[in-house]
Amino acid sequence: MAKKLPKTDIVTVGVGWVGGIIASELTKKGYKVVGLERGKSRSTQDYLKVHDELRYAQRYELMQDLSRETVTIRHNLKQKALPYREWGSFLFGDGLGGSGVHWNGQTYLFLPYDFEIYSKTVEHYGKNKIPKGMTIQDWGITHDELLPYYNQFLKMSGISGEPNPLKGSPQYKYPTKPMLESSEMKLFKDAASKLGYHPYSMPSANLSENYTNPDNISRGACQYCGFCERFGCEYGAKADPVVTVLPVAEKTGKYELRTHSVVRKVLHSGGKATGVLYVDTRTGEEYIQEAEVVVLSAYQMNNVKIMLNSKLGKPYDPKTGQGVIGKNYAYQVNFGGSTGFFDKEYNVFAGAGALGANLDDFNGDFFDHSDLNFIHGANVRIGKSGNRPIQNNAVPAGTPSWGKEFKDASIKYANRTISVGAQGASMPWADNYLDLDPTYKDAFGDPLVRMTFNWKDQDKQLGKYLGEKTAGILKEMGASKVNQGGQKVGDYDIRNYQSTHNTGGSIMGADPETSALNNYLQMWDCENVFSAGANAFGHNSGYNPTGTVGALAYRAAEGIEKYLKKGGSLA
Amino acid sequence: MSDKKNQNGVQDNSRRVFLKNSGLTVGGLIVGGALGGLIGKKPGSSKPASTEPGGHQMSNSSNPSRALMYFTNQEDFSTIEAAAEQIFPKTDVGPGAKDLDVAYYIDHQLAGNWGLNTKEYMSGPFSLADSVPELGYQTHLKRHEIFDLGIQALNSTAQKKHKKKFHELEGDQQVAILKDFEADKVKLNGATSASNFFGLLRKATIEGVYADPMYGGNKDMAGWKMKNFPGHQMSYKDIIEKDSFVKMDPKSLSSM
Ligand SMILES: Cc1cc2nc3c(=O)[nH]c(=O)nc-3n(C[C@H](O)[C@H](O)[C@H](O)COP(=O)(O)OP(=O)(O)OC[C@H]3O[C@@H](n4cnc5c(N)ncnc54)[C@H](O)[C@@H]3O)c2cc1C
Ligand code: SF4
Repeated sequence: MAKKLPKTDIVTVGVGWVGGIIASELTKKGYKVVGLERGKSRSTQDYLKVHDELRYAQRYELMQDLSRETVTIRHNLKQKALPYREWGSFLFGDGLGGSGVHWNGQTYLFLPYDFEIYSKTVEHYGKNKIPKGMTIQDWGITHDELLPYYNQFLKMSGISGEPNPLKGSPQYKYPTKPMLESSEMKLFKDAASKLGYHPYSMPSANLSENYTNPDNISRGACQYCGFCERFGCEYGAKADPVVTVLPVAEKTGKYELRTHSVVRKVLHSGGKATGVLYVDTRTGEEYIQEAEVVVLSAYQMNNVKIMLNSKLGKPYDPKTGQGVIGKNYAYQVNFGGSTGFFDKEYNVFAGAGALGANLDDFNGDFFDHSDLNFIHGANVRIGKSGNRPIQNNAVPAGTPSWGKEFKDASIKYANRTISVGAQGASMPWADNYLDLDPTYKDAFGDPLVRMTFNWKDQDKQLGKYLGEKTAGILKEMGASKVNQGGQKVGDYDIRNYQSTHNTGGSIMGADPETSALNNYLQMWDCENVFSAGANAFGHNSGYNPTGTVGALAYRAAEGIEKYLKKGGSLA
Repeated sequence: MSDKKNQNGVQDNSRRVFLKNSGLTVGGLIVGGALGGLIGKKPGSSKPASTEPGGHQMSNSSNPSRALMYFTNQEDFSTIEAAAEQIFPKTDVGPGAKDLDVAYYIDHQLAGNWGLNTKEYMSGPFSLADSVPELGYQTHLKRHEIFDLGIQALNSTAQKKHKKKFHELEGDQQVAILKDFEADKVKLNGATSASNFFGLLRKATIEGVYADPMYGGNKDMAGWKMKNFPGHQMSYKDIIEKDSFVKMDPKSLSSM
């Protein structure tokens, strides 16, 4: 029998960016928050030997232990789904701070177009532009409405950046100056400008200068150490929940963090949650934490899993299109990038997670899609995160992948390779969705999430188009050889890392028939459950997600306070 | 270019000195946890963190990472050593897998978490029949078992083709067999494929060339030196804007 614990105001399921922001905002307002985190605690003190590519990047030191929990994957409704047994395509975080600890810090807000993608597509191109089966919809909130929350995230984390020079692009005030510019970035910017594009420095949560935020949290500047993505920052320069929002919550005396606590279910009756059921993995004991408000902040995929296993909301059925939980799973079209090989050597080992330059000329609806058979686009970018030697062994197309020729080419080009990436937007489809697996279970016997997902023609066309653009930029940059991306794309392949930008599954919207959450991230079907992860995105943009996740978390914090004051549905 | 090796301003190996010189403070506060914890501490006082610089230099004979943790006989070890050497051979550019101790690295990895698949989802049912390559690892076999099967198959193929053990073959004979493995032209006597084994072997070989020497490979950081990779440094802030290539002596994790 699970032991009942005294009721708290708010319980968060997971303590990453969302759990951290909710904790800081609501404890500052005087509410009691309990944070349940399945992994262990950690601080910058734990990064003594963090510059270890094998341990952190290849062996996934900071990621979820897949032996306890994973997802299953299939390409279509007819296939049997198989477990994602080892890490590949995407990586889920684990432990205090979640993926917010080992992310890069590339921080964007989605475009005004994204929030009203359905209306704007119909307005510009007519209804026929939307192919059968593509389930795009407006988000129930506009970019302008979200802007104040986005600015809160920018200021809290101290984002470094410069204005986007593209005409019609939204302008943000970054609290710190842009990151330093490397020679590769300069090369990219010059070439892109010559081609008539509008490059600017990548907005970065790796601080460009020492910074004190509005909560009075001080952090030092980035050292461009080159061990950022998949690593924690020993300097606290990279904004992560552990060095920004969590200390604020702790200082109030209203926050109680419990690590090694895996939440299995949200308990509810009559359309209201009473609390959560969790297991202390050290003692093996089960507890019920009662709360006025439950926040699902366990990352996109896990949030959907907990909703389904808790029987919260109506599961989505791909055959009828009815139901909402599991609907509109989307990802990122990352195969339109190209790799250039240069005669000159660059200091490719130096870098920072969110150091780079990018352009939005082919993103959103900034270019005319009348004659193109896809919608949306990509942020095109050169990232200078620091090339580490195990992970980076690019060779010109046609070179064998092992043996003498491979060895000599991979060494010759080790410091002569520059990639231009294209972070392509991913649209939702009626038959790309999430539900519970009928066969495979997690360590507690609960069903795993089953992902049904494959690339569609839209993705292939987009990738092909982007491959031409990224290769074109590399040629202008002076590459002697270019491996052009996006030309041949088969089935979704989970073996290679692509991005941890999984979105959708319990999306926000204006209508309870077609969305799981209202625009305060409150569940339509259970008024005291909120969830602000990327599960709330109606589709995925041509950007990284966390800026938008952060903004939605601030929006949810405001909603929770409103709910605690007056109750009921906020929309 | 070697006169430029200290251009990043870091002359001393210790993180303590780095922190003192780097101005990593905000309003008198020391920022940076792993580093903040070190400041003020006398060298070698409590934490084993401040070991002697250059502690990595070891003569071959006393190199403790040359003890075997997984392989139980010389022949298996020699098979892997020979196969890894063909994947990453000695060339004019620099040493190959054998001289870099890559087989020792692979041995250690097979004995640990990676070889035992401890962080992977290994619950059944296993549906090899339903699997397609794009859906990844779908065998009940752990990586060390796949290596055992692979080694067996390398030797039985060598025996069939040339009446010799794999490691006794000429280089081009070994390459031809490995190509057959890569292309799945050989059947492994178990629930996995030759190309799976080859993929793991290739991955582990590259890791053994470039992982920190503490894992047993990348002997004397020669893998890094070949690639001009500086290993574990505190900061590249002072070189990030430089247009010319900066060559640095690499540092291993044991040198901090
Ligand atoms: C390698 C990598 C690089 C990335 N780089 C970028 C980038 O540059 N820019 C960008 O915008 N985004 C990036 N991302 C994505 C970014 O990390 C996520 O968008 C963000 O961290 C999501 O925040 P979250 O709070 O929703 O989830 P998380 O940060 O994942 O936090 C969820 C927490 O919940 C815990 N949890 C899960 N299940 C349970 C349970 N049942 N019970 C209790 N606790 C649970 C987890 O352990 C975890 O700590 C990257 C991700 C990865 C993996
Ligand atoms: S690159 Fe900068 S932000 Fe990233 S880990 Fe290194 S010092 Fe920290």
